[in-house]
Amino acid sequence: MEYTLLILLLPFLSFLFLGLCGKWLSHKVAGIVGTLSLGAVAVLSYMTAFQYFTAERVNGVFATLVPYNITWLPLGNLNFDLGILLDPISVMMLIVISTVSLMVHIYSFGYMHGERGFQRYYAYLSLFTMSMLGLVVATNIFQMYLFWELVGVSSYLLIGFYYTAPAAIAASKKAFIVTRFADMFFLVGILIFGYYTGSYSFSFAPEIQYASDATHFISVDAAKAVAAGGFILPTALVLMFIGGAGKSAMFPLHIWLPDAMEGPTPVSALIHAATMVVAGVFQIARLFPMWINYAPDALSIVVWVGVLTAFYAAAVACVQSDIKRVLAFSTISQIAFMMVALGVCTEFTTGHHHVGSLGYMSSMFHLFTHAMFKALLFLGAGCIIHAVHSNEMSSMGGLRKYMPITHWTFLIACLAIAGIPPFSGFFSKDEILTACMAYSPVVGWIMTGVAAMTAFYMFRLYYGIFWGKENKELYAHHTPHEAPLTMTLPLVFLALVTLGAGFIPFGHFVSADGMSYDIHLDPTIAITSVVVAITSIALATYIYKGEKQPVAEKMRAAMPRLHRWAYKRFYMDEVYQFVTHRVIFAHISKPIAWFDRHIVDGFFDFLAWGANALGFQIRGLQNGSVQRYAFTFLVGILIVVLLLIL
Amino acid sequence: MIHIEYLLIVSAIMMFAGIYGFLTRRSTLAILLSIELMLNSADLNFAVFNKMLFPAGHEGYFFAIFTIAIAAAESAVAIAIMINIYRIYKNISVDKLEKMKW
Repeated sequence: MEYTLLILLLPFLSFLFLGLCGKWLSHKVAGIVGTLSLGAVAVLSYMTAFQYFTAERVNGVFATLVPYNITWLPLGNLNFDLGILLDPISVMMLIVISTVSLMVHIYSFGYMHGERGFQRYYAYLSLFTMSMLGLVVATNIFQMYLFWELVGVSSYLLIGFYYTAPAAIAASKKAFIVTRFADMFFLVGILIFGYYTGSYSFSFAPEIQYASDATHFISVDAAKAVAAGGFILPTALVLMFIGGAGKSAMFPLHIWLPDAMEGPTPVSALIHAATMVVAGVFQIARLFPMWINYAPDALSIVVWVGVLTAFYAAAVACVQSDIKRVLAFSTISQIAFMMVALGVCTEFTTGHHHVGSLGYMSSMFHLFTHAMFKALLFLGAGCIIHAVHSNEMSSMGGLRKYMPITHWTFLIACLAIAGIPPFSGFFSKDEILTACMAYSPVVGWIMTGVAAMTAFYMFRLYYGIFWGKENKELYAHHTPHEAPLTMTLPLVFLALVTLGAGFIPFGHFVSADGMSYDIHLDPTIAITSVVVAITSIALATYIYKGEKQPVAEKMRAAMPRLHRWAYKRFYMDEVYQFVTHRVIFAHISKPIAWFDRHIVDGFFDFLAWGANALGFQIRGLQNGSVQRYAFTFLVGILIVVLLLIL
Repeated sequence: MIHIEYLLIVSAIMMFAGIYGFLTRRSTLAILLSIELMLNSADLNFAVFNKMLFPAGHEGYFFAIFTIAIAAAESAVAIAIMINIYRIYKNISVDKLEKMKW
């Protein structure tokens, strides 16, 4: 499978080409170059997937292939490798990334039409795609970290694409700093891991390390191996999880994601809905063998962070008025679903009673289906924003007549995320709920409640955009119209995927230990979740469908404080503002700055002053008379000669 | 056959005459002449040692020729500097040249 290298090289070359020569290219050519290279990547990814999943299983498991692995930075016996690793989850991610990225490339043709910096935009998209693909095929944690940071940089560049808008600049900086802060923990985790295990590989087997350890410069002796198994490995994994939580916008590191919506909408679809934000989930899935073997207790941290985030984000999403913000919070909530699903995975065998290991499979399944329907939602939102030139729900309403394709595809995505069969979201979410119920009924019921809230806020959004009161004066001035074909085509494609993806026998391809198994729907849970979803949708219909919304007004009036708190996202940004400005800047940074300015700088100023004063004292020797210099020189020579003679 | 010491004494006299001139003359031109004197005494030494101690070799003569060439270049530069000094100070006496300090 040597051609897999091209999957990384093509977007990189297109990035270089568009980035360096973009100035001399027309918009059309730049877009076509970017899209064609991504098309080739998508074809190659599908070929890889086909070849990989049709290959013979070894002991019931798909073999892990490493077509490339070069030592990039040799450091004694601890090497940093770069390579390509193919296993079920990385191949699955290749498909997700290349599909969504291709759709976004095509869509951007219409959405970014005539935009200044069109070539730069495509260059950044290529860079992002390359980094994300490199992240998922990483052969070791270090390579993962490398591409992880590249992904962060390209996200920063794309959020700040409209660099003349102060809000976009602030959002890009916020995203970069928050995720970078989290990545610091990831790096510390990696270093701890590397120090104690002597490798950066994804699997850790102390006895093998111990046996072949004669030449290790970091000696993994018995004590260290025990420590690594006992306490060190969980610590390292939890630190790495903090990094993943930052990228995946888990509470309380989620604050960057809603602001990241300042970027162009297709970027939100690609990066902040489908691919980059699931990097944290992917990271845990990648390291899952270690979690389950060495840190099973620490997984409960993942569960509870996920539960809290899912609930918090769903509550906030219920009252936001900016459609992209609603989708952003819904993304946070859905990613939290995936996190919870990974956390509730308690067994690592897909035996007869497979409920314990269901979490892993369902998380990956939800990642796959969510990427498709959330990208669809964002691209649909892009069409709407394109039509009404506003993000606010108040300036929309009644759009279903004007934009039929957008309306139908958006509805499909809403039904999928709400968990209505036969749309893809139902199948994956149902598996997650089954796994949660098996783990603990408390978690199961909370997550069912969050699923109900999901259905509610998605349909609140749907009715707010497509039904309800038309914004007469705006529409009279500028009639909304259906988006061009380049924008509707990706919508239709993704809608078809959303319709069909639920029927993929996902358990055959991806499961905790790689063994194939069939997904069984648990009837009680399936029926419960469908009933809950339909009730929520009915409630949303009752409240928000009409031209006037008396019930919503009444609810807002009845609970003004709660509404206000939720609308302000429970003041999380203000808490951060307070902690950083009032506590850290005022009480830590300022004294340190004072120390630096007065003590450290003062010391060096003193040294400089001393040298200056000494120079002033002895400058009389340098009197400018050439003959005096020559005489001094001669005397010096004579002294040296005398010394040599004596 | 002239003894080597006599030749070296001539060279030493030339050298110290040059040093003395360099340290005591006020005129930049005289200082330049003193430098030439010192260089020539060194040339003489090269030639003498070559002739007396290593009659088969030629390195000493070559060095002397190099030094003469360098001395020519050096006096050209020095005279150019002097002309510039003269244009500024209308004078080439070294005790007036005290600008180049600290």
